[in-house]
Amino acid sequence: MAEDLKKTGEPVEGDEAFIPPHHSEWRRIARVFVRRKISLIGLIIVIILIIMAIFADFIATHDPLKTDLRATLESPSTEHWLGTDNLGRDTYSRIIHGARTSLTIGVIAVTTSGIVGMAMGMSAAYFGGWVFAIIMRITDALMALPGLIIILLIAGLVGGGIAVVTFALAFGAIAPTCRMMCGQALHIKQNDYILAGKAMGMGSVRMMVMQIFPNAFAPLLVGMTMAMGMVVLAEAGLSYLGIGITPPTPSWGAMVNEGQAYILTQPLMSTVPGAFIMVMVFGFNMAGDGLRDAIDPTLRGAI
Amino acid sequence: MAPVLEIQNLTTNFYTEYGTVKAVDGVSYYVDEGEIIGLVGESGCGKSVSVLSAMQLIQTPGRIDSGRVLFKGEDILKYDSKGEKMSAIRGGKIAMIFQEPMTSLNPVLSICRQLTEALEIHLDMDIQSARDRAIELLHMVGLPEAARRIDDFPHQFSGGMRQRVMIAMALSCNPSVIIADEPTTAVDVTTQAQLLELMNDLVTRLHTSLIIVTHNLGVVARYVQRIYVMYAGRIVESGPAEEIFENPRHPYTIGLMRSVPRLGEKRGSRKLIPIDGMPPDLIFMPPTCAFLPRCTYKIERCREEPWPALRQVGEKHYTACFVDIGEKE
Repeated sequence: MAEDLKKTGEPVEGDEAFIPPHHSEWRRIARVFVRRKISLIGLIIVIILIIMAIFADFIATHDPLKTDLRATLESPSTEHWLGTDNLGRDTYSRIIHGARTSLTIGVIAVTTSGIVGMAMGMSAAYFGGWVFAIIMRITDALMALPGLIIILLIAGLVGGGIAVVTFALAFGAIAPTCRMMCGQALHIKQNDYILAGKAMGMGSVRMMVMQIFPNAFAPLLVGMTMAMGMVVLAEAGLSYLGIGITPPTPSWGAMVNEGQAYILTQPLMSTVPGAFIMVMVFGFNMAGDGLRDAIDPTLRGAI
Repeated sequence: MAPVLEIQNLTTNFYTEYGTVKAVDGVSYYVDEGEIIGLVGESGCGKSVSVLSAMQLIQTPGRIDSGRVLFKGEDILKYDSKGEKMSAIRGGKIAMIFQEPMTSLNPVLSICRQLTEALEIHLDMDIQSARDRAIELLHMVGLPEAARRIDDFPHQFSGGMRQRVMIAMALSCNPSVIIADEPTTAVDVTTQAQLLELMNDLVTRLHTSLIIVTHNLGVVARYVQRIYVMYAGRIVESGPAEEIFENPRHPYTIGLMRSVPRLGEKRGSRKLIPIDGMPPDLIFMPPTCAFLPRCTYKIERCREEPWPALRQVGEKHYTACFVDIGEKE
């Protein structure tokens, strides 16, 4: 039987010579993503908001900080599309600039907490032993404190402002990211290709960056986009409570807070920024959800 | 000629909460340059643990308690398991092929990325030349349309093709020894034969030594020059392949050969006879020969004396049995 087989080096008949059709991985991801309408909508929302933030200076019709006490609490008009607030500032322009504040804080807080949390979680899982014990106990300690309390504490001690809020939110997001990464990495570590990588002479750093990280990234990315929504919401909450973004910097949360006193006379002043917070969080969550399904290697072919 | 890789008196134990598992108990074997040897035994007899020990890839609770692993005369067990010297050996000098082609490749990295990895680690190649070399390697292992398939992901390949990729990865840095741990167990029979033929071909051409770890004596019979039969963590018989097949001297080897068909054998020419019983619990090992409860040749002496040491019964042929099993069993 073995003699009948052709010599090596040439393709052999039978199941082995079967070549599955060539697919580009990126195209597949795009296809799965686009097919889910809701995630596409989420992505479009996110992109629009990002464009709004980047080109805020061109899109806004007024200076968001300029007060005009002769035109306070005005209703929508051609001059002020969404009316003005109690200090006569253009609500529309403040919302556009508010997107910039929200996204800046969101992106910086999520990426820094993501990098730190992932590095911690991955090291804990990969090295195990006392490294694991120390890192995870720190994480446990952080998790034991309610996130809002930590943020309130930091903001209360140092005062508001974009930098402080960003730091506080990033700090609060480290522990969950670290835990999630650790769980993922522990699971991935069991795989044969990790042993195969070791047998190939891969060092620890290379192993983590090349083997573990790409496999853990899909769920982490979803976690991060969802965290993005949460951070935006937390920033709004802090600003609403008055310990976040310091006035006069436009922030959606602060705008809701300022507007609620005038909810009966000028409802747009607080409802529109509130709606924007909602839409942004929704956009991030939906886009993240779709992204997970599209790039998760284990769901390949299932969708 | 000195052996390329020699394992001497290797003992690896696993310290579990139920007791100490003596997975490998004083095992010695060697492979010469360009030689193909087979390490045969049933599941859990310690064959995989012995090769993983040689590479220092044993995880806690396992520990290598004694023995030497000489690679070109140098004891590589003395190297720090996480150190640079050991990393240079792994993949660079001694490469491994694993059992499960489905899970031994990283699902999220392209074949190219995984193949060039070793080249970058050991040979310091730049991206372009590593890629060229990867394509060349895939050609060598008979992957059709290598240049076009190289950027594909593992899930786009069949099991046999993935195992070919694994072989290409093992060969990539021109190692002196390749250890194939059950390389064909997870693929179907026709593919098994093709893969073995391929490996045989390549190592002969490249003058690489090959250690095939398998539970299937019949599969490797055509390719190996010498065979080591392992049982319960020890070598029970060793010798040239032909000698072992024609004149097995240990009851376990005889049992193994009766229980598996051989490639090229006529169908139905003989009845396959299983070995009765179960392998012993490696925590509570009997003081006597571990094969005793399953042995059909046992004599009174077997019950009274400890496990016999290997004794010479022919040129390069050793067995760990008191009984002189005749020329024809």
